[in-house]
Formats: sequence, structure tokens, C-alpha cells
Amino acid sequence: MSRERLALGFGLLGIALLGWGSYLGLFVAPPDRYMGDVQRIMYVHVPTAWLALVVFTLAFIYAVLFLVHRSWRWDALHEASLEIGVLFTGLLCIQGALWGKPTWGVYWAWDPRLTTVAVMLLSFTGILSLRHFLDDPLRRASWSAATTILASANVPVVYYSVRWWNSLHQLQSTPKTVNSSMVEPLRINAFGLLFLTIALIMARSWIAESRRRKAMAPPLAKESS
Amino acid sequence: MGVALVSMGGLGENLIFYWTPTEMKAAGEKAYGATVRLGGQVVEGSIERDEKSTKLSFRVGDGETQFPVDAQGMPPAMFREKIGVVIEGTLLRSGRFASNRLMVKHDNEYRAPGEEDVDTKALMKTTEGLAAP
Repeated sequence: MSRERLALGFGLLGIALLGWGSYLGLFVAPPDRYMGDVQRIMYVHVPTAWLALVVFTLAFIYAVLFLVHRSWRWDALHEASLEIGVLFTGLLCIQGALWGKPTWGVYWAWDPRLTTVAVMLLSFTGILSLRHFLDDPLRRASWSAATTILASANVPVVYYSVRWWNSLHQLQSTPKTVNSSMVEPLRINAFGLLFLTIALIMARSWIAESRRRKAMAPPLAKESS
Repeated sequence: MGVALVSMGGLGENLIFYWTPTEMKAAGEKAYGATVRLGGQVVEGSIERDEKSTKLSFRVGDGETQFPVDAQGMPPAMFREKIGVVIEGTLLRSGRFASNRLMVKHDNEYRAPGEEDVDTKALMKTTEGLAAP
């Protein structure tokens, strides 16, 4: 099977699972006894948060692999995971604000969880713009890998922030604290987003590779037609 | 990156997002005058609403210490007895806490309507910030 077909397969599987999980979450699972229907945003918010952390962890791994092995492949995957991580974190903040207003009473608060997420969003957005400013591909790859490693120190802090400090954001839920009919759509959506993420990272890294190839050796007049 | 470093610097101040009533009491003089956040549980039976105005008063406790709170306006719909709250405001010399902003916490439990509590202390868990993996 070609890698394109594999990515397409992952993508379609992801979208199908997200459709199924969201259907269960919106129409089959009960509303929360206190929050009502607004709690259903959990079925996308929690998977988005998990995957944002996973994707930034991948960005860290790819950054290290690039610095160790000096292969363009790792730089392309690094770029892909940075961009998808920033996309997910942006979506995460929007979902969180929409959930926060009717429950907390505010869209945003500078509590430890939200503050560390803001730092994560800004630092990785900064690395993406750093990549745009650097024209030399080797310098772009090395400098952004180094800054990703630096910014990754904050990623576990995001996860543990609600345990380490007093915050407005609640602790991580466990299957024990969630009604069993709510766990299923949450899991299905998490796997759906995982497969979609794999497809997105694959596709985005190919774009990065082909852009680099074109930049290093632009097609000649005859080839470009 | 510059922005990120500035945000990192600001994180230090945000590590103490709120004081529990006991911590606020222990802070002594430091607690008065400045805008601070008080976090705890709304004490059962302490909510008083003035029907003629938009005044709302209740007590916030952590099982050890309590502070009376005066708030204005409509609280978030989730506001009720025994729920976790974080209040931004000022501690007055009278010992009452004047609220500028009332935020309601929700815990990490998601239950169907009418479902029994598995752990009745779950609401406090979030206000104590204790890990319950």
C-alpha cells in the first residue's frame, strides 16, 4: 500500500470515528446533572487537549531526532507536528472559552492551567514564525529544533498544573469520575482524533519536504510546465 | 520567543491563583486592601439573596476557616450550596470579602441527572487541588 493511501485510510477512519463518537456524545449520552447539555463539549475538548500534548511531545522527539541524525525527514515531521499542535491548542482555547463562560462565568482566567496553555500556544507559535524568518534550511531546522526542546519543558507542566497548584480548571477525570455512558463517546472521539492526527502529520510533512526540495533546487523552466 | 519568555515570567505570579480561607487568614495584614482571589466551598445554608436589590451574600469555607462574602449581580447558573467558587475581590477591615467577580468551579465528575454521588467529598477535591489519580 502506498503511503498516500495509508494516510487517506487513517484520515477517513479518524473522521468516521469522530462522527460516531460525536453522535453518541450529542444524542445518546445523558447530559451532566449540573451543567446540562453544555458539558457535551467535553467530547471534543478532552481529546483535543490529549492530542495537543501528544503532538507537542512528538515535536520534541522529532526535534531531538533531527539534531542527532541530521536528516531532513525529521525536520519535515517536526514542522508538521509544530503546526498541528498549534492548531489543536488554538481550538482547545476556543472550546475551553465556550465551556468556561456558562459554567465558570468567565471565558478566561489566568489560572495555572490556562496560563501554561497560553505559554504553550505562544511559544510554539513563536517557533513557527521563527521558521518563516530563517531562509537557510539548515539553520531553520537546527534553530527551531533547539527552541522546540526549550519550549517542551512546559508541556508536562500543562498536564500537571491542575495537580500542583490551585486552579479554576478541574482535575483530570478518570473513568471512575465519569458516567460509564459518557466514557464511550469520549474514547471513540479520542481514537478518531488520534487517527486523523496521524494522517495530518503524514500529509503535512510531505508538503514540508516538497517545499524544501523546491527551495533547494527550484524546477527548471522546462520541468515546471 | 520573546513573548513566551515574558509569559513564563508572569507565570510566577500566577502560581498562587487563589488563597483558601485558611491561607487568607494566615496571610494576616497582607490580605487587606489588595485585589486577591479567595477560593473555597459555598457553605451550606449560607446563601442569602436580597430580593429587592441584586445583592448576594454567602460564606466561603474550607472546612477550617470561613469568610463572609458580599457579591453583586447574577452569579453563574452553576452557583449553589457546597460548590467550589473562586472570588476576585478585596478583604475589608470588617472581615467581610467584597467580591468583584464570582467564578464557579466545576469538579472532574460527570454524572447523569439523578445519579448518586460516588464520592460526596468530590467537590472539595477540586478546591483542595489534591491529586486523585
